[in-house]
Amino acid sequence: MGMTISEKILAAHAGVDQVVPGEIINAKLDIVHANDVTGPVAIKEFEKFGVDKVFDKEKITLVPDHFTPNKDIPSAEQSKILKEFAKKMEIKHYWEIGRVGIEHCLLPEQGVVLPGDLIIGADSHTCTYGALGAFATGVGSTDCAAGMATGEAWFRVPESLKFVFHGANFQPWVSGKDLILYIIGKIGVDGARYKAMEFAGDGIRALSMDNRFTICNMAIEAGAKTGIIEPDEITLEYVKARAKREYKIYKSDPDAQYEEIYEFNSAEIPLQVAFPHLPENTKSVDEASGIKIDQVVIGSCTNGRLEDLEVAAKILKGKKIHPEIRCLVFPGTQQILLEAMRNGWIEAMIEAGAVVSTPTCGPCLGGHMGILAKGERALATTNRNFVGRMGNPQSEVYLCNPAVAAASAIRGEIVHPREVVNYG
Amino acid sequence: MAKAWKFGHDIDTDAIIPARYMNRSEPEHLAAHCMEDADASFAKKVQKGDIIVAGKNFGCGSSREHAPIAIKAAGVKAVIAESYARIFYRNALNIGLPILECPEAVQGIEAGDEVEVDLASGKIENKTKGTTFQARPFPPFMQELIKAGGLVPYVKEKMKNA
Repeated sequence: MGMTISEKILAAHAGVDQVVPGEIINAKLDIVHANDVTGPVAIKEFEKFGVDKVFDKEKITLVPDHFTPNKDIPSAEQSKILKEFAKKMEIKHYWEIGRVGIEHCLLPEQGVVLPGDLIIGADSHTCTYGALGAFATGVGSTDCAAGMATGEAWFRVPESLKFVFHGANFQPWVSGKDLILYIIGKIGVDGARYKAMEFAGDGIRALSMDNRFTICNMAIEAGAKTGIIEPDEITLEYVKARAKREYKIYKSDPDAQYEEIYEFNSAEIPLQVAFPHLPENTKSVDEASGIKIDQVVIGSCTNGRLEDLEVAAKILKGKKIHPEIRCLVFPGTQQILLEAMRNGWIEAMIEAGAVVSTPTCGPCLGGHMGILAKGERALATTNRNFVGRMGNPQSEVYLCNPAVAAASAIRGEIVHPREVVNYG
Repeated sequence: MAKAWKFGHDIDTDAIIPARYMNRSEPEHLAAHCMEDADASFAKKVQKGDIIVAGKNFGCGSSREHAPIAIKAAGVKAVIAESYARIFYRNALNIGLPILECPEAVQGIEAGDEVEVDLASGKIENKTKGTTFQARPFPPFMQELIKAGGLVPYVKEKMKNA
């Protein structure tokens, strides 16, 4: 019987020829990841095991990105725990502020996560790496601690759902963000609970890596265990310049079993906006048109990559952000920031009146650097719009892609980019 | 007596423990803000042994283990929901918070009802209404794991006795 890419990666890491959905397996891990919020809890649990070293100091990644640069004394203490553990355990993949980035932008950029890998991370958006053709899933701190100690984890092999996009003829400004929001709007925030979401079709194959990362990043917002895309030439092009170790390409068999196959006509998908307070509350941007906003956030592990900044900068170039709007830009990594600067995009955004930050998760999770007051409303390229996500429990977050965010920052209310600039 | 606290569908981890409090990770600190963005009075009023009853997809969102830690440290004995988000489910058991899946019980329990839960049998009794419900009981090893306080103490205990 044929297997999906997810099943093949799990089988290979469990040392068996075949796995089927529902089966429980124990598997070897290629990467175990944590950040400055989940890491300290994992380290505390790790220390209870009474072992004096991690399973492999080259296979653990520790990224201080959530409340960094440290926002207050308690978060500084958390970062210190992470740093001291990294030093004591001689962890190879630890980055200090100035070299660090938002974890799910940084690890693929640095070639630390690669196609065919089995990855657990103490962050729900670990599923981002599925864009490389890896099986990557979020876990809690205890599972992370066990992974750091043993290099193994148990998994229930998930059923796979396939999402096929027919045609590469997307509407202007439609991006990976719109496709994943559209899917979540269709299936709901638990529509893929416990399942693997596999994205396919010539629509997906036409997308850049940056767009693919955005899609897989938000698989968790449908409750999925992972989001995954078969590697192709675009993946290999991205990976070959970065990989410093061997990797393996897996592809789904033609007779692989899917619990359900969803098919979409790419041309029919309009720009999306997710209304408060769930990512499934999606509407077309035209239905959201005219909603007043106080803050625009462009960036995050969902949309903080180079192409995201490019799209936003090209819309903002030569324009002015609405006088009453705060527009905050969070590049994913130092490298992205530097390249955007070299391309003149940072200059364009600052001239338009935006704030450009150092890479951090910042306001996405209501951490720091852009918290909302009671009654305030943000339009953000981030991934969650839960109650209180960006600040006061009585504030609101709307989700969209970088083009809609940039255009709306100019207008001061949610607007289709065509209202502000010409396409192309 | 154990009182039921009722919540709706898709209660996310930001509602269970807002990230603004995650600059620290001590259980008692997290407990003081437990469920704050779903019910700001919960942490002050919840009594040791109370039960959380919720709809579908409880614990969706982030992977923060701080969420089940906050619930457990607030004194909640068990959570009963129609269904759970995947990462939360695993995290809850890993830290020794009993969570039961039972849609019928969720329908049959109102806020403030007196509820008794027997983890060994999976029996849920609504003493206020005089009704009982049956959740699938945890297998013996999982009951031992919960009793030990979670995966790490459970594994340590097993290794000690091996």
